[in-house]
Amino acid sequence: MATPRTVLLSADDVRRAISRIAHEIVERDRDLSALAIVGIRARGDILATRIRDAIATYENTQLPLGSLDITLYRDDLTRIGYAPVVHESALEFSVDDKVVVLVDDVLFTGRTIRAAMDALIDYGRPRAIRLAVLVDRGHRELPIRADFVGKNVPTKATEDVQVHLVEVDGRDEVELVAREAVIA
Amino acid sequence: MKWSRRHVLELNDWRREEIEAVLETTGAMVEILKRPIRKAPPLRGKTVILFFAESSTRTRVSFELAAKALSADVTNITVSGSSVEKGETLYDTVRTLQALGGDIIVMRHASSGAPYFVADRIDAAVINAGDGWHAHPTQGLLDAYTLRGALGDLAGKRIVIVGDVLHSRVARSDINALAPLGATITLSGPPTLMPTAWRRGALPPCVTYEPDLDRALDSADAVIALRLQKERQEGGLLPSLREYSRVWGLTEKRVSRMRPNAPVMHPGPMNEGVEIDAVVAHGARSLVERQVTNGVAVRMALLYLLTGTPVEAA
Repeated sequence: MATPRTVLLSADDVRRAISRIAHEIVERDRDLSALAIVGIRARGDILATRIRDAIATYENTQLPLGSLDITLYRDDLTRIGYAPVVHESALEFSVDDKVVVLVDDVLFTGRTIRAAMDALIDYGRPRAIRLAVLVDRGHRELPIRADFVGKNVPTKATEDVQVHLVEVDGRDEVELVAREAVIA
Repeated sequence: MKWSRRHVLELNDWRREEIEAVLETTGAMVEILKRPIRKAPPLRGKTVILFFAESSTRTRVSFELAAKALSADVTNITVSGSSVEKGETLYDTVRTLQALGGDIIVMRHASSGAPYFVADRIDAAVINAGDGWHAHPTQGLLDAYTLRGALGDLAGKRIVIVGDVLHSRVARSDINALAPLGATITLSGPPTLMPTAWRRGALPPCVTYEPDLDRALDSADAVIALRLQKERQEGGLLPSLREYSRVWGLTEKRVSRMRPNAPVMHPGPMNEGVEIDAVVAHGARSLVERQVTNGVAVRMALLYLLTGTPVEAA
């Protein structure tokens, strides 16, 4: 039986969403010298690079860019079986007094963002942390909201939002996929 | 790949992907050690017991720093002043460790195989920090990480290991860590300090024995000098330290036979003037200090990877 899939964002939609988020980030914090973009691995860092490049095109300014692997900060490490391999984070600028825009692909429970904020604060004291996501699918378990959203999508807990990006998946597309029924 | 090991006892049955997983995770740990706040939370609420039944400061401190950088609680059991000195058997010590309820036991023991004995009888994960002549897996992994940092891909690289291979758990673990990454190993040293089977040519794949150190070093990509373990030299296996130094010591002239800038490593502590000259030990080729720094990161990676709860099959 085929799994039902719905396309939420086409390649063009993804491009427009990134372009809009890039503009909104700059409108909100006019002082470009204090801005920095930090993506959460493994897809947020790709989106972060695209947002940074978009801002570079519109504003002629190359913002500092970093990536975070938040595995060590997860709150479910003791519950997910054997530990996942951790990849290197790369934050080669000081976050002190910066306005750091965290970028992730999907905002869901908010736990990843909580972990990312804890990780970020181990690097210093940002003046502010903002959050940009390509898709907000709801179902928050923590008091966290995004400042910049590509698309708000009401979802069921039994559905998955799958983000495909050219850099790793060969195409840009966001799909809503019904999770196959679990047979107990 | 999915990590699925419960203990780190030796490396001889490790697949390349497992070594790669540790090296990748080590890279992330090196990055943590460069941050303003050198601490991450994955071992919060976990207890690491350092059980060193054979004296060691460097390895113990390295594990202690590693565990603390991951927010674990650390406690030490050393032999002097402990009940082991009062005649407690290893079995009784294991029962005590089990009752204390640590999550990870890091152990060093003079008897080869002791960590297996403990791992079979305890719920905690066990990391072998050196057992007799047998294995020192964290040293093998940190040497692999350090060599890869210096040489890049190790495929086709030739690494010389010189010294007392017979008594060396470091040599065995280095071979087991480097061979799966594609390196070849040339062993050198006195025939009396080579395992008999290896001296006679029954060597593991990717390993050769060349008693003439000068020939072994010719155009090699790196050399690891082993510590001459004076405490293990009672049997008259060596004529004298002076002769050893003259024939198998790493001098400036000797290391220059290797490729330009080929690095020199040593697991420490060094007997300067015996297996390695001071100018080489502290010279431009030396990675000895980097080995120490990387040692903390490798141990962090292993402590982290062993904290996952195995999902038991129902």
